[in-house]
Amino acid sequence: MNSSEKKHYAKNLVLEKKTQKINKVLTTTGTGILFIVTSLSTLVILFMLFFIARDALPFFKSQGFREFFTSTKWYPSSDNPEFGALAIFFGTGIVTLGSTFVAVPLGISAAVCLSDILPFSARQVTKPVIEILAAIPSVAYGFFALVVFAPLLQNNGGYILKIAFWVISIPLFAILITVAIDVMTDKIENHLRMAARWILGIVLGGTALFLLIKAGLFLDSLKITSGTNALNVSIILGIMALPTVVSVSEDALQSVGRELREGSYALGATRAETILLTVIPAASSGIAAAVILGIMRAIGETMVVWMASGNASQIPVPWYNLLEPVRTLTATIAGDMGEADHVTGSARYHVLFAMALSLLVISLICNLITERIITNTRRKISS
Amino acid sequence: MRKTIRNSTIVAVTGLLMAFNATADDKIVMDGSTTVGPIAKSFAEYYMKANPNVNITVSESGSGNGAKSIINGTCDIGNMSRPMKSSEKKSAKDSGVMPIEHIIAMDGIAVIVHPSNPAKGLTVAQLRDIYNGKIKSWKELGGPDSKIVVISRDTNSGTYETFETMVMNKEKMASGVEYVGSNGAIRQRVLSTENAIGYVGLAFLEGVKSLEVNNVMPSEDTVRNKTYPISRPLYMYTKGRPKEGTHLFNFINLYNTTEGKKIIADTGFVPMN
Repeated sequence: MNSSEKKHYAKNLVLEKKTQKINKVLTTTGTGILFIVTSLSTLVILFMLFFIARDALPFFKSQGFREFFTSTKWYPSSDNPEFGALAIFFGTGIVTLGSTFVAVPLGISAAVCLSDILPFSARQVTKPVIEILAAIPSVAYGFFALVVFAPLLQNNGGYILKIAFWVISIPLFAILITVAIDVMTDKIENHLRMAARWILGIVLGGTALFLLIKAGLFLDSLKITSGTNALNVSIILGIMALPTVVSVSEDALQSVGRELREGSYALGATRAETILLTVIPAASSGIAAAVILGIMRAIGETMVVWMASGNASQIPVPWYNLLEPVRTLTATIAGDMGEADHVTGSARYHVLFAMALSLLVISLICNLITERIITNTRRKISS
Repeated sequence: MRKTIRNSTIVAVTGLLMAFNATADDKIVMDGSTTVGPIAKSFAEYYMKANPNVNITVSESGSGNGAKSIINGTCDIGNMSRPMKSSEKKSAKDSGVMPIEHIIAMDGIAVIVHPSNPAKGLTVAQLRDIYNGKIKSWKELGGPDSKIVVISRDTNSGTYETFETMVMNKEKMASGVEYVGSNGAIRQRVLSTENAIGYVGLAFLEGVKSLEVNNVMPSEDTVRNKTYPISRPLYMYTKGRPKEGTHLFNFINLYNTTEGKKIIADTGFVPMN
C-alpha cells in the first residue's frame, strides 16, 4: 500500500467537520421524509375520523342519541322523518354473525388441513387458489348472490338447506359418536367392551339418524319467499371472508413450529390429538386474530349487501330468522347518499355520517383487539 | 334490454373516443335519473352520430343527483323523473343557477308481478295497503296462500318519490319492504320471485306481468291521456335557457322532433304531443 492510498483512507474515515455536518443534515432529512410518509397514513385515519365526526355530531346534536340507537323506524325521506337505526345495526350484526358461522369453521378447518394434513405440494397449489377468492371484486359476488343464488334459494331453498345440513352434520355426528363411544367404553372390562360398543353404536347412531331425518324433513318443508335475505348474504360474505381467515390462521398454525409437533408425537399422541390439543391451542391467538379480521371484512362489505340483502329495515321475528330481508349500515350509507347530500345541513345527510362514525368506531375497536392479540402472541412465542 | 346495453356501450365507447379526440369542440354532460337514462342515452347516440364533433356523456345516479349536479354546475343537463323540489330550487338560486324545466316525455309507473301470478288488477288503495303492510298475503287479494314479497325502489330514486306521492298518500312503507337500486333490478327480482310485486317505468316490462290499476292497463295512451292513475312527466333541467343555435339547444329540443319522438317511443316511454 503506497502512501497516497493511505492518505485516501484516512481522509474517508476521519470526516471533516463540514462533511460531518452535511451528513447529519442528510440523515435528518431522510429520516424526516420517511417519517412524513409513514405518518401520512396515520393522518389519513385521523382526518377521516375528524371529518366523519364533524359531520356526524350535528345529527346527534339535533336529534339526540335515543331515537337513533333505540327505534327501529327508518323513514329518512318522509315529511316528518324518523331516524331509528336499531334495525339497521341489528342487520349489520346478524349478517356479520351469520358470515362468521360460515367463514370461521370452514376457514379454520381449511387452515388446519393446509398446514398439517395436506402434503406440501398440494398446499402450494391449494392456498393460492383460496387466496384468489379475495381478488374477486365484490360486485361480482353481489351479482352472483342476486342473479344466481337468490332464485336458487327461492325455488329449492328447503332442499338446499337440507342437503347442506346433512353434508355438515353427518361427518360431525360420526366423529362425535366415535369419540363418545371411545370415552364411554374406556372403563368397561375387555370381554364386554366389544358388545358395549356395538350397543352404544346402534343406540347413538339410531338417535342421530332420527334427528338428522327429522331436521331434514323440517328444513325441506321450509319455503323461502324471498331469496334476497340475511342467509343469502351471510353465506356470500362468509365465502368472501374465507381467504382472510384461512390465510392468517394458516400462517399462525405454521408458526407453531416443528419441535412442538414432534414433541407431541414423541409423547405418543396421534395426529388428531397433536392438532387438537397442541397445535391449535398454541396458535389460538393467531387464529383469533384471523377470525376478527374475517369479521371486519364482513362488517365493512357494501356492494354484496346492497344488492342481495333485501334492504328492509326490520328486525325479523323471531330475531334469528335468517330467511327475512335485512338492511345493513354500509348498504344504507351507500344507498341513501345520492339523495341526501345536496341538501347539506339536513339531518338526513348527517345521519349517514353518524352511521359511518359508528362503523368506524366498531372497526377501530376490532382492529385494536386484533393488534392486542397479535402482540400477546409475539410475546408468548418469544418468551 | 339488449338494445339498452348496446346503446350504452356505444355511448361509452364513443365517449371514450371523444375524450381522446382533441378536436371535440362541444361537450354536453348529463347526469341524473335512471328512468330518464335510456332516453338520454338514445338521444346522445343519435345526436353524436349526426354531429360527430359533439361529445355527450350520460351518467345515471338518480334524480336527486341530477338536481345536485345542476346546482353544483357539474353537468349541463340534469335528468329527473320528478320535478325539482322547492328546497332544491332554493339551493340552486343560492348558488346562482336558474334551473329551466323541459318536460320531454310521459312515464307510467307500472305495477308488475311474476308471469305466473293469477292477479289481474289492483286498486290504488289495495296497492297502498300492500306497501304499508296491511295486506300481507296474496290470499287477501283472491290469490294463492303465500306471502307477498314487496319490492320497492330505494328512497334515493325519483321512481320511489313518484310512487310515494301518487300511491302512498303520506302513509309509510312497511318495515319488511325490500329496496333495490334500479328499475332493472326490480324487474330482475320480480322475474325470479314468484310472490313478488314491484313497480317500474314502462320501459322495463319485458317478461313480467303488469297489473291494471283502478281497472286501467298501463299503456302509451292511458299514460298520455292521464287515465292511468300512476303516470308522471319526465324532465330534463338546464342551467338557464340554452341559447338558440347551440348544440345544447338543439339537443334539449330533440324530444319535440319526429325523430326524437320515435326514439322516446322506442325506449318504451310516451312522447309528448
